[in-house]
Amino acid sequence: MARVIVDVLPKAEILDPQGQAVARAMGRLGVSGVADVRQGKHFVLEVDDSVDDAELERIAETLLANPVMEEWIVRRERNGQS
Amino acid sequence: MTARIGVITFPGTLDDVDAARAVRYAGAEAVSLWHRDTDLQGVDAVVVPGGFSYGDYLRAGAIAARSPVMGPVVDAARRGMPVLGICNGFQILCEAGLLPGALVRNTGLRFICREIRLRVEADTAWTSGFEVGSAITVPLKSGEGRFVADAETLDRLEGEGRVVFRYAEPAPNGALRDIAGVCSTDGRVVGLMPHPEHAIDPLTGPGADGLGLFTSVLGRLTAAA
Amino acid sequence: MTVQDQATGIPPLDTVANAAATPEHEQPYAALGLRDEEYARIREILGRRPTDAELAMYSVMWSEHCSYKSSKVHLRRFGETTTDEMRRHLLAGIGENAGVIDVGDGWAVTFKIESHNHPSYVEPHQGAATGVGGIVRDIMAMGARPVAVMDGLRVGPLDAPDTARVLPGVVSGVGFYGNCLGLPNLGGEVVFDPTYAGNPLVNALCVGVLRVEDLHLAFASGVGNKIVLFGARTGLDGIGGVSVLASETFGEGGEGAGRRKLPSVQVGDPFAEKVLIECCLELYRAGLVVGIQDLGGAGLSCATSELASAGDGGMEIDLDQVHLRATGMTPAEILSSESQERMCAVVTPENVDAFMAVCERWDVTARVIGEVTDGEHLRIRSAGEVVVDVPPRTVAHDGPVYSRPYARPDSQDALQASTTAGLARPGTPAELAEQIVALASSPQLASRAWVTEQYDRYVRGNTAAATPADAGVLRLDESSDRGIALAIDCNARFCLLDPREGARLALAESVRNVASSGARPVAVSDCLNFGSPEDPAVMWQFAEAVDGLAQACAELGIPVTGGNVSFYNQTATTAILPTPVVGVLGLVDDVHRAVPHGFGAPGDAVWLLGETADELDGSAWAGVVHDHLGGRPPRCDLAVEARLAGVMADGAARDLFSGAHDLSDGGLAQALVECAVDSRIGAAVTLPPGELDPAAALFSESAARMLVSVPAGAEADLARLCVEVGQPAARLGEVGGDVLAIAGVDPLDVAELVIAHAATLPSVLDA
Repeated sequence: MARVIVDVLPKAEILDPQGQAVARAMGRLGVSGVADVRQGKHFVLEVDDSVDDAELERIAETLLANPVMEEWIVRRERNGQS
Repeated sequence: MTARIGVITFPGTLDDVDAARAVRYAGAEAVSLWHRDTDLQGVDAVVVPGGFSYGDYLRAGAIAARSPVMGPVVDAARRGMPVLGICNGFQILCEAGLLPGALVRNTGLRFICREIRLRVEADTAWTSGFEVGSAITVPLKSGEGRFVADAETLDRLEGEGRVVFRYAEPAPNGALRDIAGVCSTDGRVVGLMPHPEHAIDPLTGPGADGLGLFTSVLGRLTAAA
Repeated sequence: MTVQDQATGIPPLDTVANAAATPEHEQPYAALGLRDEEYARIREILGRRPTDAELAMYSVMWSEHCSYKSSKVHLRRFGETTTDEMRRHLLAGIGENAGVIDVGDGWAVTFKIESHNHPSYVEPHQGAATGVGGIVRDIMAMGARPVAVMDGLRVGPLDAPDTARVLPGVVSGVGFYGNCLGLPNLGGEVVFDPTYAGNPLVNALCVGVLRVEDLHLAFASGVGNKIVLFGARTGLDGIGGVSVLASETFGEGGEGAGRRKLPSVQVGDPFAEKVLIECCLELYRAGLVVGIQDLGGAGLSCATSELASAGDGGMEIDLDQVHLRATGMTPAEILSSESQERMCAVVTPENVDAFMAVCERWDVTARVIGEVTDGEHLRIRSAGEVVVDVPPRTVAHDGPVYSRPYARPDSQDALQASTTAGLARPGTPAELAEQIVALASSPQLASRAWVTEQYDRYVRGNTAAATPADAGVLRLDESSDRGIALAIDCNARFCLLDPREGARLALAESVRNVASSGARPVAVSDCLNFGSPEDPAVMWQFAEAVDGLAQACAELGIPVTGGNVSFYNQTATTAILPTPVVGVLGLVDDVHRAVPHGFGAPGDAVWLLGETADELDGSAWAGVVHDHLGGRPPRCDLAVEARLAGVMADGAARDLFSGAHDLSDGGLAQALVECAVDSRIGAAVTLPPGELDPAAALFSESAARMLVSVPAGAEADLARLCVEVGQPAARLGEVGGDVLAIAGVDPLDVAELVIAHAATLPSVLDA
């Protein structure tokens, strides 16, 4: 078994209303110095050895992310393959 | 003397016009409060209306709960001023720590808009005009209306008689123990997901059951004065 | 010349001077959708080659979507058939962002339908959401407060694999945006048909209310006045999108004039739009706006060229002042960006500070980006250099106009010859009951609650009726009882059989729906969805439908106030059913007197107004029971339709009706079922008198019919009213009980009908 983390974020060019709202709220709370916020999704998958990197990539691309407007990063937390 | 009830508008608040109308229908003066206000203009009670304050980005109600106007609202509520949070207003009061629990996404993952029957289960500042045990019909319209809290909190709320409204049918949003609304320990801060301000006139809603919340608080304010 | 900067990958600025000096430079006009002769025309207008930025502007503004180049010659019919009498109450008509109708007491109403079809196929949620956002901004740009939305959705068969992606996504997008904006959704249509698989139609309607004196139009006048861009920042959204999206090839697209591969999807931020609405309304109230234009398709290209050409003619813009969300955007990209939630205003210099203060109060970003000048030049600078210098009218209005060839297809005869005459009709009470339930539970006619329960109908507290009522009814203002009614309709199956008659029937049905509430129809907005205009058969459908609709509006005396054309809705050679969606606005003198939907109280009489003929061709019965589409649509006599609408309005004013429902898809059978289901009460009725067999009496879709409930004391008055105006009417029975008992048909339990009607959509969409 391995733990796989998939982070999905709106593409840099795509408007991220949620991230913008959070960034503005920081300003109102008196926090300065935060130039930009992007809000995404964090998936934690417990997978067995039959799931290889290509399969993970496929899962991320076809299910977890919407490639039209999101980008993603897949990384394995255990088993040494990152 | 006419009671003055504040209605807060945050950017993204939607049902402020409706809440103000309900206040007027009940016979009080509606006072507009702006999210940047730090002064409540001496109002006798406050309604935090529904909508999508700040887009409900981050979490529903999270950003509004930390906006300037909520400081004095929390202080006044702790001193016993009646506060009613409807839908997004309920979410804001939970995020502000005035009410226990949280509102999360409906179990069906979809926005639900329909008329619904609620049972009134507690005598509070906002429900004193109702018989405990009576039923009212009001619209429910929300995507994140599922009330959740840990079992201990739920037991405590039920034990202390702080469940104010319960869905009279299985909660369509999956709310734990079918809870639609709760109150503070002193029964003066009430939050509920359904919209009593949209049930004040049979022309535009399922009836006028919702008006009872606004006339209830007026009765309390007059009695106190 | 387009040698890229090795370090940044950004091409050097293509200035006007540079363009004049490099006439031989090759430009990718074909990839931008321009034809050889169109490009040659641009060079002729400018007397040189266009700069990259100019090419981007012309290509997007001369696209089908923006220029109406294939439809213009036909759309003129609407103007030609509109008489001064019909224009009497029009404050603004076709050509403005939306039509505006004077409704009395100093109030005006503006409404419009617009399509967002292809984007809703690419990304259903965002496509539909930004469709709602766009039409709402059109309404705001008239100076109105948007007060309600409706939507007409058309997708592939309910059980088609892609429908499971498209429909829930579109519904969540419409709901997300409209709910967050706080606009009640009054209803609309959901239609399933195989031709919409791969070509979903998302037609969004918005209605707004304004005081007559607040009417704002899009023009830039007053030399020295400032141009203010306000709202969301400008990013790399939908660059080149309009041209590419309105093109029949669905390739990756999105490359536009830009250098990079950019997303063609726009993300909507309804929160930003809600704030923008309130900000705009405050600006209007304060009298700070001379002219205003929303930024939609074609972004700043469209806003600047349209504002300038509708005003004094000249404008100077400095792109360095545009508040950007992305770095390193080229002038062409800034001009083509379709970032949402932006508006462009013309403001007098002395009001700029006050304007900015209002924007600041609402946390809305605003920048002065230019000013109105005299002369005929729209001049745009970037980094101090002139990158655009064009006569604005040539961009906004003098685009190409095509008279595309059109011809009635040979297959039309065979289609019309394939009538329902030979189809087996049910005869026994059990068969009739079985087919009534089959229709009521078919995807075509089943309850739309799965969709409409995702939309807020209550917000703003003025909704007197919403779906499943035939028409949405809205109180205009709390201080008066005046209201409006709205409906959108199109039976595209009828339009395939006969596009001219089908368009007339779409208008007739929409009028009837509005009339069912007792409202008086006053104005029309349309959304004309068709296949490729380059196919003569499609162009024939379009020409027929437009001409039919224009003449029908003239017959009824109600004007088309605006609308939208969407072409290229086709997959390979298969076009969608011709779908001219018609929205009708009606006026209600007293919302408290509006006729409720469905059956009235127990004991009330059930009457059928109108005459039923044996008209099953194209019907829901033929489609659901026999999978058949052929023959000729029902006859459409608009004088008869107008008479019925008059009876409804007069009867409503005299409180003669306790309930009403128009007859359309599924005929009398479906109307009875829907009344019983929606009012949760039964009825005992006979079939209308006459020679018709029971199947025809129940399932025929003859036009100009209405099922009404009449309180006992009002029957004599209704009978008298019908005689006075020659309205055919028959008493069918009475409301009451928990069974729908139709003479000659096995009784139908209302509770079972409710379940059968409700279960269909959830059974597939929640599976």
